[in-house]
This record gives sequence, structure tokens and C-alpha cells, in this order.
Amino acid sequence: MSEQTITGAQSLVKSLEAAGVENIFGIPGGAILPAYDPLMDSTIRHILVRHEQGAGHAAQGYAAATGRVGVCMATSGPGATNLVTPIADAHMDSVPMVAVTGQVGTDLIGTDAFQEADIRGITMPITKHNFLVTDAADIPQKIAEAFHIASTGRPGPVLVDVTKSALQSQTAFRWPTELQLPGYRPVTKPHAKQIREAVRLMLASKKPVLYVGGGTIRSGASAELRKLADLTGIPVVTTLMARGAFPDSHPQHLGMPGMHGTVSAVAGLQKSDLIISLGARFDDRVTGQLTSFAPNALVIHADIDPAEIGKNRRADVPIVGDIREVLLDLIAVLEQERAAGRESDYEAWITFCAGMKKAYPLGYDNTLDGLAPQYVLQRLGQIAGPEAIYTSGVGQHQMWAAQFIGYERPNTWINSGGLGTMGYSVPAAMGAKVGCPDTTVWSIDGDGCFQMTNQELATCAIEGIPIKVAVINNDSLGMVRQWQTLFYNERYSNTNLQKHGGGAGTVRRIPDFVKLADAYGCVGLSCESPDDVDATIEKAMAIDDVPVVVDFRVNKNAMVWPMVAAGASNDAIQYARDLAPKFEEDDI
Amino acid sequence: MGNDGKHTLSVLVENKPGVLARIAALFSRRMFNIDSLAVGPTEHAEISRMTIVVNVEDTPLEQVTKQLNKLVEVIKIVELEPDASVQRELLLVKVGATAESRSQVLDAVQLFKAKVVDVASDAVTIQVIGNAGKLADFLRVVEPFGIRELVQSGMVAIGRGPRSISERSLRPVVTPAPPAAS
Repeated sequence: MSEQTITGAQSLVKSLEAAGVENIFGIPGGAILPAYDPLMDSTIRHILVRHEQGAGHAAQGYAAATGRVGVCMATSGPGATNLVTPIADAHMDSVPMVAVTGQVGTDLIGTDAFQEADIRGITMPITKHNFLVTDAADIPQKIAEAFHIASTGRPGPVLVDVTKSALQSQTAFRWPTELQLPGYRPVTKPHAKQIREAVRLMLASKKPVLYVGGGTIRSGASAELRKLADLTGIPVVTTLMARGAFPDSHPQHLGMPGMHGTVSAVAGLQKSDLIISLGARFDDRVTGQLTSFAPNALVIHADIDPAEIGKNRRADVPIVGDIREVLLDLIAVLEQERAAGRESDYEAWITFCAGMKKAYPLGYDNTLDGLAPQYVLQRLGQIAGPEAIYTSGVGQHQMWAAQFIGYERPNTWINSGGLGTMGYSVPAAMGAKVGCPDTTVWSIDGDGCFQMTNQELATCAIEGIPIKVAVINNDSLGMVRQWQTLFYNERYSNTNLQKHGGGAGTVRRIPDFVKLADAYGCVGLSCESPDDVDATIEKAMAIDDVPVVVDFRVNKNAMVWPMVAAGASNDAIQYARDLAPKFEEDDI
Repeated sequence: MGNDGKHTLSVLVENKPGVLARIAALFSRRMFNIDSLAVGPTEHAEISRMTIVVNVEDTPLEQVTKQLNKLVEVIKIVELEPDASVQRELLLVKVGATAESRSQVLDAVQLFKAKVVDVASDAVTIQVIGNAGKLADFLRVVEPFGIRELVQSGMVAIGRGPRSISERSLRPVVTPAPPAAS
């Protein structure tokens, strides 16, 4: 039977179907227009967003919640450049994503044609890989390769730029049987010798810590991590990207390390003699001043990306491999050692860590007037529970959400960790809700972030994606304001998002988020008093047919603690303002 | 060797548009210094070979190599040690050569096994092939006669001995495509 001749556009849609795509977030435009015609007849659901940035972050949220490849689509030029931020974000946080963009016709490339942008050139440093397809016959091959690259090894974004002429020309659809990627060979199986060496260090250690990063979540290794932790009793810290990889309720969990980490997690790393890094990358927000980070620790660094190993901190035992496989192999060798009577005694260390956790629990200043943002997030986490998915923007609300909500399961905390993209929360929640329609999805946002991408509320209302948004509204760019309070003598340059001068409640709020929610076809609620927090959250929880926006008007002077100032040593952590914990003096 | 942090990398890449841009962008983004870069075809039509001379210490060199390896179109990277490889650059230089100085210039040409490739009334153009040290020495010798114009290629290098770096890396790597979803 001879193959039927179809258009490149039809071939593109068939290829996406063959790759298993069920949802695409996007906006049509001139160059990608041919693809939107066959998309009308496809099994794929296309969700028409209001801004391409929303499409990109929605694809990220979808991918982070489901573990599947998220897909976004845009036209050439401005459509494609609007995807740049989400692509860079996905690159930093290793999110499997495929972005399909239209490009001007092949003959027009390089002529500065209408809506032409060299999106392949622009996205080279922020994609795992990218393609320009000028021949319709190449479409299935490149789409198959894009999905393979995005979802294997260290996941990441792949962009496929397809010219309008390729979409319009005639071709035969043939799904490839082989990928042509001679230079792409990710290593997933760890080297046995390195595993044995790691176990040797673990048994010799007196003060080990499991430093768990986002790679553990991407690898789907939470159960194996739990097993290793239970087997050894080693204390665990989970980075911002790894919240949920290990249950917060577990007694060995010391919390989140880093700039706004718990004292116990920061002290646990600083005082350790062995760091077992699992899919983490020694980011500056975790290590603080690198030279004084965990000065006495040896490092076992396991990562699927060899380039992360030894990049910032020297690794004593490098292990290249998928974290799940690394954990399985570590567990197997540790069990053999145990059967042979070789075990380590971490008792004194565990007691020290537990003592730090007890002495310096997460807390907040409850003496400020009005509503404490930390209280809102604590109650939200307790009422919505660990089964819900929480997305967040970037800033104070993000840190409070990472700190005060208890996470028990992976893929339930979705945020922009590496790039720090304000405006991530609402579209990411939209994508997560599309991927997990039966799960409650809370978007936690700041009033600054919310105003960057809240246009996607229209998408949510129209497409039937009932997310819930908690705006932690302090009338300001809170994290920047906090730094101005601490480091710029309280000179609040350009961080007030409301009119100057007027006291709270006396001046009209611009915009009024309750009215804005209503304008977007959502339910808008507001809350100003701690007494109303529970009832407001419960009211929002009871609505499941339309999106809900809750405007939590909180005290703008609340600050995120603990804190290690940027560039400072982790030893200089402040538990609260001008309050240093005593972990230097403790004998361990 | 006293090569002050200079390393010669042979990089086999897929012969596709944009590969050079990717590699150049990577070096720029990660703040690695390129001393020279030469690209050309190989014995396999689908493979190009780049010879990159980088000036970095050992630890950053490991990062350079790892980051290069992450590029999907990079197939293989080999560091060529000066002792175990032949390294060559090509220099074309226009040197002043008057009636009085001409014979001295030609002596230098002979001494360095260089070649005069163009002659004008008061200048000659000389081609010199060699490693970086030889070219530098030659330039030092002819400098007094006046260097009017100078153009130099990047270094190309090949390992000594009978084996090819492309032998093993070019075994076809078959990655089966995932079957089409129904």
C-alpha cells in the first residue's frame, strides 16, 4: 500500500499524536497557522492561552505534575520569543518540555521577514537541544527525537522550529523506527565500583547527610530514597526543588537547606562529615559562600548529568547515573554489608540533628498587626492537605510556601527554583490541573507575581480548569522589600505596588483582585483577619467548577526567616533578625 | 611542557548547520577562552572535526569537556597531548624585502623550511607551516624587516600512530524510536 500524501502540517499533528501528546498549550499565528487546521480534527486537546509565556509555564506545570513531556506551541517571531522565559525556566529546573514554533517560509529565512526571529539561535543556550525543520519529510523524525531528548537523561526543553513552507508542502507520514542521535548517550546505570566506594564512605562516616535535590523527583526515586533513609537512619535535607521527595513528617527530615532553609538543615550540612548528594547541584542558594560550605565533609555526588559533578564542589566519589538506579544499587550493597555485620553508628549525630530540629523549629513573628502570611500558608497546607498540588511564584510567598506547607509526596510542590521566574504560579497551576484534573491545585502567588501572568485566569475559566489561587498580597514586591529593609536602610525604592502615602484600607487597591477575579469569570474572595482564614480557605475548597482567587491581605512587614545573606557563609545563618543560632559551640 | 594551561581538543561533531554556533556560544556563555578553532571535513561525510585550543587549568578543562559532551551533536572529544600528536598551524605573512634585505629574508625562509608564495617589488609573502612555537620563532626573525600583513589559521592536530579517533565512535549507535502511541 503506498503511503498517503498529506501536508507537513498534518504530518506534524500525526507526529505529536504518535509521540503520545494529549494536551498542547498554545496560541496560533501566521507561520504556525497551517498546523492549527489539522489540530481541529485531532485527539489532542489544544488549550488556547492568553499569552505564550502562559503556554510555556503551563507545559512546565503539566510536566512537573505528571512526569510526562509538556508541550507548548506558538507562532514565529514574537510568539516564539514569548516562550523564551519558560524555556529558560525549564532548562534550569530540568523540566521535560517540547516547544513547537512556526517559522517563516524557508525562502524568507534570513531576510528579516515579517515576524521572523532566529528562535533556534536565541534558544541555543537555554534548550537541551533544538531543531529547525525546513523539509516536511523530516517532521516525524525530528518530533520523535525531540520527545526522546526531552524525556531521557537529564530532562529538559527541546524546541522544534518548523517553517511555514514545510507545513504547507506535501509529504508522506512515516513514524521513525530509529533515532539519528549518534552523540546522545545518557548514562543511567551507575558504575559498580563507584557504588562500592560510596558505601565504604557511608560506613566510615560518623555524620552523614542525604542532600536531596530535584533530580530525585524527576527520577521518580522517592520510594527508594525512603528505603535508604529508613535502612541507614541518615538525616535528610530536601532542597527547594526536592520538597516532597521525602515526607516532611518523617523524623529524619531536617527540612530545606539554603538561604531560607531551616537551621537544622543548614547545620546538618555544615557540620556533616559526608554529604550524599542525590540529584542536587550545589547551587549558590544552598551552599552560600562556597569556600566555607560544609568544610569537613567528603562528598558523594550522584547525578545523571556528569557536568554537574564537580562543577561547584569537588566530589570525592562521583557517580553518574539515574538517581533511582543509584539508590537501588546503594541499598543492595548496604544490605550486603549489613548481612556481613558491617554497619555504621550514627547515633550521636542523629541526636545532634534531632536536637537542632527541636531547638530551632520553623516559626514566625506573630506580634505584627493583621494577618501573618506564614499563618495563611500553614492553614492552607493543613486544610488542603498533602494530596493537593501547590504551585508558586517567586519571592517571599514562595519561601513561606516551601517552609510552612507540609509536603508528603513528590510532584506536589511545583515552583521556579533555578531561574526564579515571577509569574510562574498561575499558568503552572493551570498546566498541573490539566494533567491532574482530579487533584486540588492551589496556585500560591504574590501580588507582584500575580500581575505578571493572571491573564491565564481567562483561559482557566473558559477551558474549565478550576484552579485555586491564594494571592499573598502585601502590596509590594516583598522579597526585594525585605532586602531593602535589611541591607538598604529601609529605603523602599520601587517596591510599593500601591499608591504612596495612604494607610492600608483607606486607599483604593489597584487592582482590586476580587473584582479582577470576577471580571475573569472566577470567584473572588478576600481575607484580612486570622479569624477568617479557615472559613475562607474552606469556602474556596468547596468551589470546584470555576477558578477561585483569594486575596489574602497580609502584613507587609513580615519577613522570611531563617536567612543566610547572599554570599555569606552558612555559618552566619540568622534564625530571626539579629538572632544567630548556637550550633558552632555544640559538641558533636 | 610549559604550555601554560593550553590544551588541544579534537572534537568530532555531526556535520549539520549550526554546530559551530552552538560550540562558540557554549564557550562564550561559560567564560572559557578559545585560543584557536579550526573546522573541517573528515574521512566521513557526515562528520566534521574541530580542533579547539583552549587556555584553561585542569579543573575548568574538565568542565569544558563535560559541557561540550552535553551538546547532542558532539560525538566525541579527545584531548591531544603535544607529545603524542602532530600539531600544525599555517601562517601567511607579508614581509618587507628591499634589495638590501631580501637575501636575509630568504635565508630565514630556507632556515624555517618556509616558502615564498608571492613576490612584489619591495615585499614577499611567505607561507610557514608548523606548531605555534615555530611560527612565533619565525615571526621574531623576520620582524626587523617589517611585517606588513599577517594571517594565521587555527591549529589542526592529529594523534600519532596507526589508530583513528573516529574508529570506535562511529559505530552506528542505534536508538530505537518509541513506538507510535495508538
